[in-house]
Amino acid sequence: MSALDEIRVVFFQECDDQLQELEDGLTAMEGGETDDDTVNRVFRAVHSIKGGAGAFDLHKLVKFAHTFETVLDEVRSHRLAADGTVMPVMLRSADHLRDLVAAGRDGGDGDQERSKELIVELEALIGGPKGGHSAADDDDEGDGGLSLADFEFTPIAMDWGAMGLGTGLGGGLGEDAAASEGEEDGPAIRISFRPRKDLYAKANEAAVLLREVAALGKATVRCDISDVPLLDAIDPEGAYLAFEVELDGENATEAKVREIFEFAEWDCDLEIKARGGSVPDFGAIGGDDAGGLSVADLLARLQGEIATEAPSESTDSAEGSPLPSLKPAPETSEPAKAEGKDDKDDKGKAGSKGEAEAPAVVIRVELHRVDKLIDLVGELVTTQTMLAQKVEEAGLPTGSEVVSSIEELDRLTRTLQDSVMAVRAQPVKSVFQRMPRLVRETASATGKKVNFVTHGENTEVDKTVVERLSDPLTHMIRNAIDHGLEKPDDRVAKGKPAEGTVTLSAAHRSGRIIIEISDDGGGINRPKVKQIAIDKGLIPADAVLSDEETDQLVMLPGFSTATTVSAISGRGVGMDVVKSSIEALGGRLSISSRPGLGSAFTMSLPLTLAVLEGMIVRVEEETLVIPLSTIVFTFRPQPGDVQYVGQGRTVHVRDQIVPLIDVGVALGYRKDPVDPLTSVAVLVDCDNNRRVALLVDDIRGQRQVVIKSLEKNYRPVHGISAATISGEGRVALIVDVEAIAGDRTLDNFIFGIDNVAAE
Amino acid sequence: MSKTILTVDDSRTMRELLRSALEPAGFTVLQAEDGLHGLEVLGASEPDAIITDINMPRMNGLEFIEAVRLDAAKRAIPIIVLTTESDTAKKDRARRAGATGWIVKPFDPARLIAAINRVVA
Repeated sequence: MSALDEIRVVFFQECDDQLQELEDGLTAMEGGETDDDTVNRVFRAVHSIKGGAGAFDLHKLVKFAHTFETVLDEVRSHRLAADGTVMPVMLRSADHLRDLVAAGRDGGDGDQERSKELIVELEALIGGPKGGHSAADDDDEGDGGLSLADFEFTPIAMDWGAMGLGTGLGGGLGEDAAASEGEEDGPAIRISFRPRKDLYAKANEAAVLLREVAALGKATVRCDISDVPLLDAIDPEGAYLAFEVELDGENATEAKVREIFEFAEWDCDLEIKARGGSVPDFGAIGGDDAGGLSVADLLARLQGEIATEAPSESTDSAEGSPLPSLKPAPETSEPAKAEGKDDKDDKGKAGSKGEAEAPAVVIRVELHRVDKLIDLVGELVTTQTMLAQKVEEAGLPTGSEVVSSIEELDRLTRTLQDSVMAVRAQPVKSVFQRMPRLVRETASATGKKVNFVTHGENTEVDKTVVERLSDPLTHMIRNAIDHGLEKPDDRVAKGKPAEGTVTLSAAHRSGRIIIEISDDGGGINRPKVKQIAIDKGLIPADAVLSDEETDQLVMLPGFSTATTVSAISGRGVGMDVVKSSIEALGGRLSISSRPGLGSAFTMSLPLTLAVLEGMIVRVEEETLVIPLSTIVFTFRPQPGDVQYVGQGRTVHVRDQIVPLIDVGVALGYRKDPVDPLTSVAVLVDCDNNRRVALLVDDIRGQRQVVIKSLEKNYRPVHGISAATISGEGRVALIVDVEAIAGDRTLDNFIFGIDNVAAE
Repeated sequence: MSKTILTVDDSRTMRELLRSALEPAGFTVLQAEDGLHGLEVLGASEPDAIITDINMPRMNGLEFIEAVRLDAAKRAIPIIVLTTESDTAKKDRARRAGATGWIVKPFDPARLIAAINRVVA
């Protein structure tokens, strides 16, 4: 990766931070915090993005950011109030800027129609486009007018005078020698240069400038000392010398000379006259108002000036002799020429990092390489496990060298596995950051007022999990606003603040990531939900459900359809789809709701999709894995604990009556339920504190297993979440506890069995 | 003896771009994240020139330049303002604050080096 590519990575990382700053700042402004600091923060964010984008030729992004920045500058300068007209445009612009950055990252330009619309909107805020020409119109004008060097040095060779000041103030450090070639084919240039004291006060140096001029060709410098006063009248900060230069040579073009004096012309009287050419006067530009800083002790400068003066003085009488002491310094400019855009090599890098800060080094690696590595480590774990098993079977004494080496290998393998997994871990931030925009859009479409709060956005989880969080989160947040929050008037009537709060939080808990979306709205309308479920034939009309069970109804397939999904919440996607997409990630979704106070949707997801700590069980001749994270404990059902309820069975355990599910039957390995008294029951936790007992034939042990996707290798199988390779090298299936327990719960509804989960 | 350049910019992208332009040209690069940090670094080093952004948190580039120009020991250091704000008014403000010169972002490395050579003795 070239140096520029590396910086490009840095740029996009920085963009993420700046976009967040922008979003936070705008949100604060929307909330009334329009103090200078906040506005400046917002301005800076856009400014930085624009600055960096320019370096990577993201012209469209620069153009948009430039217009956005212009408006922000008006706000910053108190010429434009951040009111209800301005803020929505700003927020939309920030959203669009995020899109453009994302597009830029992927090598695209983004939605240019949208850019145009917003540029027009932005320009309207500040009374129309600057100079009557909308940035929306200049299609491929490139830098959005930034790279002034590109056009201010446009070679209209004989026209320096006509272009006047504008040319000189171009700002770009034009190298455009070509600008005036042809016209300036070798004729001498006469320069009259009279520094003012401000020139030295700003650390410019007449000697350096003259040296540069001399480097252009054959220079003859005369120093005019006629203004130097008597010693006692000398102001140490004063500027008394003037210089006349005659320059000859092929490189001696007016453009090049002008470029050299680009900085100096602020603070000097300067005349540059090509022989026979026109004489633009730049002297007037400088102004003389830098007095505020002239408290200076500029002896050092003056000494420099005197040093320069010495040789000049001696040649003063002998008009026209060269300036021997002011030799060009090619060694400083040579490398500059060698420095192309991409040819940065190690020689340069080796240079001198010295005291410079060492930035955190980030490398970009293609994902498939990491995945390959994870896969290999997975195989290694499997092989290691097999080996350990063989050693154990061989019955070697525990203290033996082989056994302790195997133990060490085990430890190393797991550490290796953890480290490799960590490579894929990412903060959920990238997904969380997309949500405020969604909140805004949904809020404005539904007429609700929303205060959106996030916590724990730095919580890390596997990249795949992060990526797949977006859709479920989007849907649930839309739901929370559309269905959860009441309209402002209703809220006020209930004694709540008009603005509802939606909270999105992430946290690690016992090896899983817990993501919760909560709102302070009206809570789930249970009578209504139940009625809908009955109307749709999902439950019998006379079903008796606990509050929790009623809440679960919203996740039943077929519950959410066009009649309950508004244009906002729906893309025709119901909570059942959300639930199954979370389950596909090995996650669980649970709902809790309190009438009048709000609802919380909680997702519990594995930190990685690659390994799983599981309990190995046997059912018929099959080896199955039950995720350890779901298991409460295992027990052998005792006579009298098992009851038959309808077609189902329950077991009494720890003062609870829980459904007893025969895994063999549930997965179709056998037709008839096995005798619970000869089996082992595994008590597992499901959503919403529901528990069920899974009946298996035998327990084989506990092991970390590498997950192999069934969907990728075969097809989705109900009741099975994935597969793994067991220590013996056989395929073992991982039980989808939630699916099996879920079936059962549904059965209960259908058969009208109530109170199965009574506590 | 290589020349040392202090770069002051709150954007890491920009700091790295400057570094990638300056180091191959033989300059030693110091970095600071804002004006205040720049003054700290300046307190402990003797750069031959400073390149500074204008818009930065804590202490902006203009304040930074003014502070350097008021420091008897440091005021002779040339300061180049690095800015996307290319209009005359902004440059004029930098000039009044005491900037030696300016360069407009995005910059071409060769032009940057040329600008530095124009102010570094």
